[in-house]
Amino acid sequence: MNGMTLIVKQVTKLVIGFILMFSAYIILYGHLTPGGGFVGGVMLACGFILLVLAFGKTFVNTILSDHALTGWDCVGALGFAAMALAGYYAGAFAANFLARPGTFKLFSAGTILPINLAIGIKVGAAMAAAFIALTTFHPEHEPDLRGTLL
Amino acid sequence: MLERLTNLLPIAVAIPLVAAFVLPLLQRRVNGPRTSRCLTLLVATALLLLAALFITLPDTTYWMGNWSPHSGAIGISLVLDGLSRLMFFIVALIAFAATLFSLRYMTRYTAEPLYYCLFCLMVTGMTGVVLSGDLFNLYVFLEIAAIASYALVAFGTGREEIEAAFKYLVLGTVGSAFILLGIAIVYNQTGQLNMALIAQNLPPNSSAVLIAAAFFLMGFGLKAAMVPFHAWLPDAHPSAPAPISAMLSGVLIKALGVYTLVRLFFDCLVMNRQFAYVLIVLGAASMVIGVLLALGQEDFKRLLAYSSISQTGYVVLAAGIAGEMVVRANMAVAALALLGGLFHLFNHAVFKSLLFLCSGATEYSTGTRMLKSLGGLKQRMPLTSSCLRVAALSIAGVPPFSGFWSKLLIIIAIIQAGHLWLGAMTVLVSFITLLTFLKVQRHILDGTPSPAVAQAREVPWSMTTAMILLTTICIAAGLFFPYYKDALFQNTQAILSGPLQLTGPVAAGGSP
Amino acid sequence: MNYDLLPYLLAMTVVGVGLYAVVCKRNVIKLIVGIIILDYGVNLFLLLTGYRHDGIAPILTPQADRQQFADRAVDPVPQALILTSIVIGLGVVALMTAMAIRIHEKYDTFDLSQIHQLKG
Repeated sequence: MNGMTLIVKQVTKLVIGFILMFSAYIILYGHLTPGGGFVGGVMLACGFILLVLAFGKTFVNTILSDHALTGWDCVGALGFAAMALAGYYAGAFAANFLARPGTFKLFSAGTILPINLAIGIKVGAAMAAAFIALTTFHPEHEPDLRGTLL
Repeated sequence: MLERLTNLLPIAVAIPLVAAFVLPLLQRRVNGPRTSRCLTLLVATALLLLAALFITLPDTTYWMGNWSPHSGAIGISLVLDGLSRLMFFIVALIAFAATLFSLRYMTRYTAEPLYYCLFCLMVTGMTGVVLSGDLFNLYVFLEIAAIASYALVAFGTGREEIEAAFKYLVLGTVGSAFILLGIAIVYNQTGQLNMALIAQNLPPNSSAVLIAAAFFLMGFGLKAAMVPFHAWLPDAHPSAPAPISAMLSGVLIKALGVYTLVRLFFDCLVMNRQFAYVLIVLGAASMVIGVLLALGQEDFKRLLAYSSISQTGYVVLAAGIAGEMVVRANMAVAALALLGGLFHLFNHAVFKSLLFLCSGATEYSTGTRMLKSLGGLKQRMPLTSSCLRVAALSIAGVPPFSGFWSKLLIIIAIIQAGHLWLGAMTVLVSFITLLTFLKVQRHILDGTPSPAVAQAREVPWSMTTAMILLTTICIAAGLFFPYYKDALFQNTQAILSGPLQLTGPVAAGGSP
Repeated sequence: MNYDLLPYLLAMTVVGVGLYAVVCKRNVIKLIVGIIILDYGVNLFLLLTGYRHDGIAPILTPQADRQQFADRAVDPVPQALILTSIVIGLGVVALMTAMAIRIHEKYDTFDLSQIHQLKG
């Protein structure tokens, strides 16, 4: 699959850094401003989709293959499960066991920050994988079903 | 010591969830299908051991994250009481049998590792539903199980499977939307999402709660495949692979449909006369229509699917009778009806799963599942045939198998409640079920072997082990019933004792 | 006339439109759009249960007065519920679209009246 024209590629090169940075901001500041894991993950996936549309799937596959997307999906979910199981250290499942100094600061919410990060990675990878699965479906031969794992 | 063990309650939900997400990572490193099989079998065994452990634990409420209303927070709770223990045991048992069966059965499909991921997700959802004490938590896990089952019904990716899965998907989504509407109305009226707190804060004589209950009946009735909402089941259950049909018919419609109805209408919303009558009418209609449609089927799995509708109708009818008796303050008959209903739920899970596994074994060996093409199976596959015969006799209600006791209890409860015509109809439906399964036995088991059967051989040992396990439970539950009926009776009386309470030993996770 | 329930009626109208599309449309894609509208309507209904008259957004800032915030903020719990519901709807619609692509591959049509191989 080819990408688009030169203008689109140049503009994407300028803009993609800001998109990814903004989505990271929304994920990491989820406990202070509206946003959080899911919305930030959707924006990560949008950034990925922009790359695929502008540069073509074959180029993006050299950076991040389909199997890697499923892998990051699982890593995100396992990160969430690890934080929940680690809560047993504080006495209960999914307890907030990290330190919470002060309010309105970045590290002031305990386990909410790592959980937001895990959810952001998971949702981003899952939505990107769903996009790849829906748009690159080839009925002539055996399709790659791994991308439909939601 | 036992109180410390209640900390394991969330582990029952976490184990299959972690397994479902570890599987895709491991499948590519190590030999794909073999890793998936071993890990899923480990998960199923762990769940069965946990279920056996939970039977010994006292009734508890586990508050996740140390957030409990005692300390002024809004928390999510997991509840272990008589009903949860029974349902969790059913889920674990049938999941174990289905996993054993799929070890060899799924080798015929190309995307086998994907199947095990989806299977673990479905088991996660069902475990979350039966252990949840919070209404929205129940909805989230219900959706997890339902979405995994939509994908599993479409697993064969043939024409019929995709059509059946699409129909199931659309109807299931509409049902879930109505459940969410009901939850919204209940939250508006009470301001709480925890089932015990909803029961305490429910405004009396509120018409909004009646509307919410109607939405719940629609949504959960669709998941339970009761009669106006049953249209997806005869297409979806035959199209799924055989172990998934066993899980769907045996556990999913019960954990997501019947269990949630019983939990909501007995423990959460206050039972009144209208709900009870609606449950009775829906249950009776499902019973009759399911069995009449099952009688004329030519496809073995489709016949089993229609008979699932009928037997689920039995359970809902018994729950409705119990509700009516609760309203009339006749607690003895209510406990009897609920006991019959829940025991029939357990029995049906066991023998319907067994029937679907036998149909899967038949299809594995002979390549067909149409009744006219089969015949004389008992001469070529003796183990599968005897399991099939036990299951067919059990579902028809022949003593001394387990189905006889549960149907007897339901019929006695209906007649003691005063509904003589309803009792007569139940006996008639039982008779027609016997007719249906005599037809099944005559077409499949007896007679001379047809060409498809003549070249069949017995299925591999892992599949027969799963079937023999369920058969033994069928026989044992029937033979030893007089010994354990008192223990069952006490558990059902506990369910009927009133709405869910926040009291009881609050395990680590709550500070009263 | 009591106008208090008017927003709820409007949300139920959106649900009704979605339900009409699911029940009466013959094209599979229109059915999927109907499911999306149904989910929108239900989420809107859920959001409306958290309304408080003259309310402010439930975001606490360092300069806010805590007591006034607790008195005037709208209920944030339905907003969290809706977030979960939107994610569930996303998963279902993605699965439905994938299945619609497969249906077109197998049946060569999106017309529901011609996709009825399973009968009886």
